[in-house]
Amino acid sequence: MVTVRRSALAQPCDGKLFPEPGEVLSYGSDLRQRRDLRSPRPLGELRSCARGIQRRRGFLSALSGQRCSMTQSVIVQVGQCGNQIGCCFWDLALREHAAVNQAVLIDMEEGVVNEILQGPLRDVFDSKQLITDISGSGNNWAVGHKVFGSRYQEEILEKLRKSAEHCDCLQCFFVIHSMGGGTGSGLGTYLLKVLEDEFPEVYRFVTSVYPSGEDDVITSPYNSILAMKELNEHADCVLPIDNQSLFDIISKIDLVVNSGKLGTTIKPKSLVTSSAGTFKKWQEKPFDAMNNIVANLLLSLTSSARFEGSLNMDLNEISMNLVPFPQLHYLVSSLTPLYTLADVNVPPRRLDQMFSDAFSKDHQLIRADPKHSLYLACALMVRGNVQISDLRRNIERLKPSLQFVSWNQEGWKTSLCSVPPVGHSHSLLALANNTCVKPTFVELRERFLRLYKKKAHLHHYLQIEGMEESCFTEAESSLSALIREYNQLDATKSMPVEDLPRLSVAV
Amino acid sequence: MSIVTVQLGQCGNQIGFEVFDALFIDSHCPQRLSSKRENEAYQASCKERFFSEEENGVPIARAVLVDMEPKVINQTLSKAAQSGRWKYGQHSSFCQKQGSGNNWAYGYSVHGPRHEESIRNLIQKEVEKCDSLSGFFIIMSMAGGTGSGLGAFVTQNLQDQYSNSLKMNQIIWPYGTGEVIVQNYNSILTLSHLYRSSDALLVHENDAVHKICAKLMNIKQISFSDINQVLAHQLGSVFQPTYSAEGSFHYRRNPLGDLMENLVPHPEFKMLGVRNIPQMSENSLAYSTFTWAGLLKHLRQMLISNAKMEEDSLKESCITDVLEAQRTVVCEKRIDWQIRPPLPGLPSLSKMSLNKELHFNTSIANLLILRGKDVHSADLEGFKDPALYTSWLEPVNAFNVWRTQRAFSKYEKSAALVSNSQFLVKPLDMIVGKAWNMFASKAYVHQYTKFGIEEEDFLDSFALLEQVVASYCTL
Repeated sequence: MVTVRRSALAQPCDGKLFPEPGEVLSYGSDLRQRRDLRSPRPLGELRSCARGIQRRRGFLSALSGQRCSMTQSVIVQVGQCGNQIGCCFWDLALREHAAVNQAVLIDMEEGVVNEILQGPLRDVFDSKQLITDISGSGNNWAVGHKVFGSRYQEEILEKLRKSAEHCDCLQCFFVIHSMGGGTGSGLGTYLLKVLEDEFPEVYRFVTSVYPSGEDDVITSPYNSILAMKELNEHADCVLPIDNQSLFDIISKIDLVVNSGKLGTTIKPKSLVTSSAGTFKKWQEKPFDAMNNIVANLLLSLTSSARFEGSLNMDLNEISMNLVPFPQLHYLVSSLTPLYTLADVNVPPRRLDQMFSDAFSKDHQLIRADPKHSLYLACALMVRGNVQISDLRRNIERLKPSLQFVSWNQEGWKTSLCSVPPVGHSHSLLALANNTCVKPTFVELRERFLRLYKKKAHLHHYLQIEGMEESCFTEAESSLSALIREYNQLDATKSMPVEDLPRLSVAV
Repeated sequence: MSIVTVQLGQCGNQIGFEVFDALFIDSHCPQRLSSKRENEAYQASCKERFFSEEENGVPIARAVLVDMEPKVINQTLSKAAQSGRWKYGQHSSFCQKQGSGNNWAYGYSVHGPRHEESIRNLIQKEVEKCDSLSGFFIIMSMAGGTGSGLGAFVTQNLQDQYSNSLKMNQIIWPYGTGEVIVQNYNSILTLSHLYRSSDALLVHENDAVHKICAKLMNIKQISFSDINQVLAHQLGSVFQPTYSAEGSFHYRRNPLGDLMENLVPHPEFKMLGVRNIPQMSENSLAYSTFTWAGLLKHLRQMLISNAKMEEDSLKESCITDVLEAQRTVVCEKRIDWQIRPPLPGLPSLSKMSLNKELHFNTSIANLLILRGKDVHSADLEGFKDPALYTSWLEPVNAFNVWRTQRAFSKYEKSAALVSNSQFLVKPLDMIVGKAWNMFASKAYVHQYTKFGIEEEDFLDSFALLEQVVASYCTL
C-alpha cells in the first residue's frame, strides 16, 4: 500500500507557525491493525483507497503566522513496514511542532490539543473509502514492481502531482519502505523511477529497512537485491536500517529503564523510542518502539530545515556534502542520546558522552562499526542547547580515533538547530558515509547467491511479465560493483596520506 | 560618504546584524573624555556612513539582506526591530526558499542569474538613498553556497554596474577542521573570483576569532553569537569615523577609499587582516589600564610573528596575564619575541619555502587606527622600521596612522591594525592543498558540474590562487 502525504514541514516564523497537516492520499490496509513482524503475513488484501483527500483547515490555519514560507517534503510510505513507520513519524512531527508552539496552545485545554493531534491521524486511518483488492504482493518484488507498478502508476502519479502542486517549494521526497517484502520493496522502488522522471529536481531520500539475519521471508534476498539495483540507480540518498539493530537498541534501553539503579531515573517521554504518549490509543509493542526510532531519525534529519539555529543545514546540503560520488550514497545513521536521565543539569561530560556514543557501533541503526572502517564523510546534526565550541571540542576529541579517506581528512559537516526533540535538552544525529556499510551488502549478496544457485522460488518471479533471469544477474552485478568500490576505498585505509604535487606557477 | 552593506547567506546576515549593532551602540556610548561637540560630530559621521533616517527617528541600516532561504533573514529583521535602537528597511531584503545546498555552483550559476535583477534593484534603491557613495561592503562566508557562490556573482555584478565605486568583501574563513565538507572547493572558487572583481578582501578566520573568545574573553561555551560580536567589534574599530587631520573635528569622508588607498597599492595583493587590542570581557576591562607604549609594542610583535591567537607555538597575546598580574607591562614570556626583522645582508627568512614555518611576516602596507585618551602621545617608530616591509615600498608610503581622540566602545585606549601582509599565506596554502587533494580524486566534482562549473573552472581557480600564494611568498 502506498500512502502519499504532503508534509507541512513549515519552518515557524517567531515560532508561531503551526503546520497544516498534510493532505492524505492513502492506499492501504487498515493501519490500526498492528501486526507482529514475525508472524506470517496474509497474502491478500491490498486495499486501495480512492480519494482520501482531507484537509484540516479552519482552526489550524488561524494559528498560522503571517510571514510563512515553506519548503515542503512529501512522504511516500509504501508497504506495511513503510506505513507503520510513517504513522509514527506523523505522530512525532505533530507533537514536536505542538511543543514549539506551546505559547499558542497554552489557553487551550488538553482536549483541544488532543483533537488536533488525534483528528488528522484518526481520519487518516479510519478512512471509509477503502476498496479491497483481492490479490497481494505475496512477498514478491516482481509483483510489486512490475504488476502493481504499471497498474497503479497513473493513479499514484496523479496524487503525487496534486501533492506537489500544493507545495510552494517542494524540496524532497522521503520514501519509507522495507527491502525484503513485495510491496514496499517492489512498488516502492518502482516509485523511485517515477519520481525521478516526473520531478527530476526534487531530492529522493529513501529510508530502507533491510532484512535481518533471521528474516522469516524466504525470498527476501531476491527482493532485496532487486530493490538494491533500483536504489543504486534512482535514489539520491539511502539510509539503510535493520530490524536487529533497532531491536538491540530497544533492549539496551529496557535494561536501563528496568535496572532500577540509583541515578538512572529516565525522564518520561525522553526515550528515542517513545511515541506521543497520552495521545496514542493503541498499545505499544516492541516494533512500535523500533518504528519510533526511525521516525525520530527522519524528524532530526529535517529539524534544521524546520526550525531556526545558528548554523542551518537544509536537506539539499546532506546530499551535497555526504555523497562524494553518485553511486556511494548509502549513509549509516545513529541517534543519541537514547534517553535522558532525569537529572536536569547536564554537565559537559554528559554532553560529550552524547558525541562519543554517536560513533559507537551499538548506536548505529544498522549492523556497522564505523570506527573500524573508513569514513568518506561525516555529518553531525546537533539539536538543542549546544554551541559551536561544544561541537568543536568533541570533533577534536574524537577525530584521532576515526579514519578518514585521504582526500577528505577533515570531512565534517555540522549543523546547530536550536530546538531539541520533545523531552530532550539536546540530541545528535550522525550520518556517516562509511565503508562499514559494506558487510550488509556482502551478506545480502551471499544470501542471494545461495538461493539463486539452487534456483529456489525463482519461478514465482519469472512467471511475471517483464521478469527474466537477466534481471537477477544485472542486479547482482550492480551490487558487486558497489561492493568493489567500497573494497577499493578500504584498501587505501592504512596507506600514508601524501601531499600531491601542486600546480607550479611562474612568479 | 556612505557605505552600502550587502549581507549574504546565513553567516553574512548574522554578522551584519552584529556589525550594525556594534556601530550604533558605540556611536551612542557616553564618552566622558570627549566634548559634546565631538561626540555629536562622531555620531553624525557614523550615521552618514551606515544609517539613513526614517520619519519617526529610528535609524535604518544602509543594508541589503540576501539569502536563499528565509529563516535567517526573518530572524535578523526581527532582532533588529526588537532592539528598538535601529532597524533594517522594510523592503531591503530578498530571499528564496530552497537555499543553495552548500553548492558554490548553485549559488553562482543558478541563483545568481535567476535573481540578478531583483538583487540589483534592491541595491540600487539603497544606493539612491545615499547622498554620495563611498562604496560597497559585502559580508559573506566562503564555506557555504549562498554567501560564497552568490556573493561572488553579486560582487562581479557590482563591478559591472558600479565600476566607479569601491567594493570591499568581508570574508569569513571557515574553521580548519571543517564546517562544510566541500568548504575548500567553495573557498577556492570564491577567492579566485573575488580576486578578479573585488577591490579588497578583508578576511576574518573563524579559528582566530574563536580563540579570542576562549582565551581573551574567557567565554566558556562559545556560540556563533559570541564570535560574531567579537568580529563586529573588530570591524567597528576600523570603520567608525576617524579624524581627517590631526586634532580637527572633521572626520574622514571616504572610509573605503581611504582604506584602500593606504592598504592596497597593487592589485595583486588584496588580502587584508585586522588585529585589534585590547579585547577582553567587560569584567576584566574594569580592572585594567594600558599604555600606548605597551599596546603598540604588543601589536607590532603580533604583526611580525603573525600571531592572531595561535597556540601551538608560544605566540599568544597575554593581556590576560597582564590582568592577573595587575600590571601594565605586557608579559614578555608568551609572545615569540625571538622573531626579529631580517638583518641586512643575511638571507631573509620570509623567502623560505612554504613547507617550513613562515617565521617573519613581511608587510606590504599597514594602517594603524588609534582611538582614545592621549592618542597623540603614542610613539609609532616601531612601525616605520623598513625591515617590516617589502623592499619595493618605502615605509613612508607603506605605513599610515589615523588618530582619533574619541574612544571606541568601552575601551579607554584601543588600537586596530589593518594590514596587508603575508599573514594569510599559510591558511590559503592549506586550503588550496586540501582542495587540490580532493580534486585529484574527483570527489564531489559531479555536484558542481551538474550546475555548470566544469573542471576547467576549478583549474583556473587553482592556478590563480597558486599565483597569489607565490606572489605573497616572494615579498
